[in-house]
Amino acid sequence: MSILVIAEHDNSSLKPATLNSVTAAQAIGGDIDILVIGSDCQGAAEQAAKVAGISKVLVADNGAYSHQLAENVAPLIAEVGAAYSHVLATATTTAKNIVPRAAALMDVQAISEISEVVSADTFKRPIYAGNVIATVQSSDAIKLLTVRGTAFDAAPAEGGSATIEAVASAHDAGKSEFKGEEVAKSDRPELTAAKVVISGGRGMGNGDNFSMIYSVADMLGAGVGASRAAVDAGFVPNDMQVGQTGKIVAPDLYVAVGISGAIQHLAGMKDSKVIVAINKDEEAPIFSVADYGLVADLFTALPELESAL
Amino acid sequence: MKVLVAVKRVVDYNVKVRPKSDGSDVDLANVKMSINPFCEIAVEEAVRLAEKGVATEVIAVSVGPKQCQEQLRTALALGADRAILVETEETLEPLSIAKCLKAVCDAESPDLVLMGKQAIDGDNNQTGQMLSALLGCAQATFASELSLNDGKAVVIREVDGGLQTLELSLPAVVTSDLRLNEPRYASLPNIMKAKRKPLDVKTPDDLGVSIAPRVTLLGVEMPAERQAGIKVEDVAMLVDKLKNEAKVIS
Repeated sequence: MSILVIAEHDNSSLKPATLNSVTAAQAIGGDIDILVIGSDCQGAAEQAAKVAGISKVLVADNGAYSHQLAENVAPLIAEVGAAYSHVLATATTTAKNIVPRAAALMDVQAISEISEVVSADTFKRPIYAGNVIATVQSSDAIKLLTVRGTAFDAAPAEGGSATIEAVASAHDAGKSEFKGEEVAKSDRPELTAAKVVISGGRGMGNGDNFSMIYSVADMLGAGVGASRAAVDAGFVPNDMQVGQTGKIVAPDLYVAVGISGAIQHLAGMKDSKVIVAINKDEEAPIFSVADYGLVADLFTALPELESAL
Repeated sequence: MKVLVAVKRVVDYNVKVRPKSDGSDVDLANVKMSINPFCEIAVEEAVRLAEKGVATEVIAVSVGPKQCQEQLRTALALGADRAILVETEETLEPLSIAKCLKAVCDAESPDLVLMGKQAIDGDNNQTGQMLSALLGCAQATFASELSLNDGKAVVIREVDGGLQTLELSLPAVVTSDLRLNEPRYASLPNIMKAKRKPLDVKTPDDLGVSIAPRVTLLGVEMPAERQAGIKVEDVAMLVDKLKNEAKVIS
């Protein structure tokens, strides 16, 4: 079997998300190549070549690929992927945008967010907001999969010395154009990769009160998340949302502050190793999944927590 | 311009589903069904385009069993002009649904297709992207803002690091994120009016679409159950437990 992993990168460097797909690819077994699609993406390609256990890195370097527009990137994946038995990408917003488009071009039913490899054609994946795990078997000749990053460890980023080969093929559909972006800047660890995550919900009351969460996060070196209620109320930007429709996290420690624990929020964090809930409502559903629950007013508990750390 | 909006009938978002006793599938007997929340947002956006005079006709489409008519009536009550049901009892996967929608688009030639970013049952997040590929048109997924002018759509998308703005040539497929809008409630007079709006029923055969599934569901199971832990008295005890028992902080 031969497996192609689509690299997640920002042109200059490879993102760690790629490494989770490499581990999933190893679980399937076979030769693993990495495809880097971008513009001036030599830096990312060189890092991909160092990933342990990779046979070959394919690089499609073209201006049309600079912002990962689905209309341009998907045909390339469909073209290069045709020579493989499996094509994998970690389920980031970039991959979720592109992989299904490539699947339709290849006439393949993609499988989203696999959490376990049972065999080369059989996979497990969460459905219904993670309340049920489905085992599914694909009869397609090429398996196109997105991988739930938190379900697979990251492969070692060093130790390999794969060859780098250029892919000449360029696709520019000319149907969409990148106009700009607004990137949330933060010195804290990235939410999906953080060892510790502390999240605030509606109970925070307003955006200013999130400063208490940030202070505790800084003490713990934690990433900061939020429930949908906190995002919808405008306390914090939406890229901080943890849940079925936001980010999926599985840190060593997840601290939920002023979050009731709706099904949709639990879908994004219940695979965390240790869950702590701080809530003044002792009936809140979050306490049914929390390893340690503290029934207390967060406005007194958070400053106490900060000084205790 | 003509706007097509796709809606799916799914388990209501408040329902916690369980596997059937034989583990073959999820137990959906006597469970409350609703319009998928993301589809509701797509319908709302289409109706707002009509109210602004941008859209001249809004067509709601669903693919699935006969009961999907209920969800199409909901879309009509919210303001869609007419509805099409592609009726089938077969198990559907995103590629089959996208192929049915492609055939409907070929017949109706909409300028814009709006749909939800994902259905809360399968959690696939694929159909919009697949439809766009089959139509060979532009796509903007996870939209939190949409504006149309001069034959172009400008869409702000929710991406991992923040927000991204794209400009698409029409026709295009746009999938809605939660923050695109706040859907309205259907009023009783509108629900009554919706009963008289046209609802066409077609089959995949009528459309010449093969919907043979590629992925077989072998079974479903509950995820590993998390045990509820303990309640701690105060912050000092919490910190002590995290340091000495769970050893997750130092």
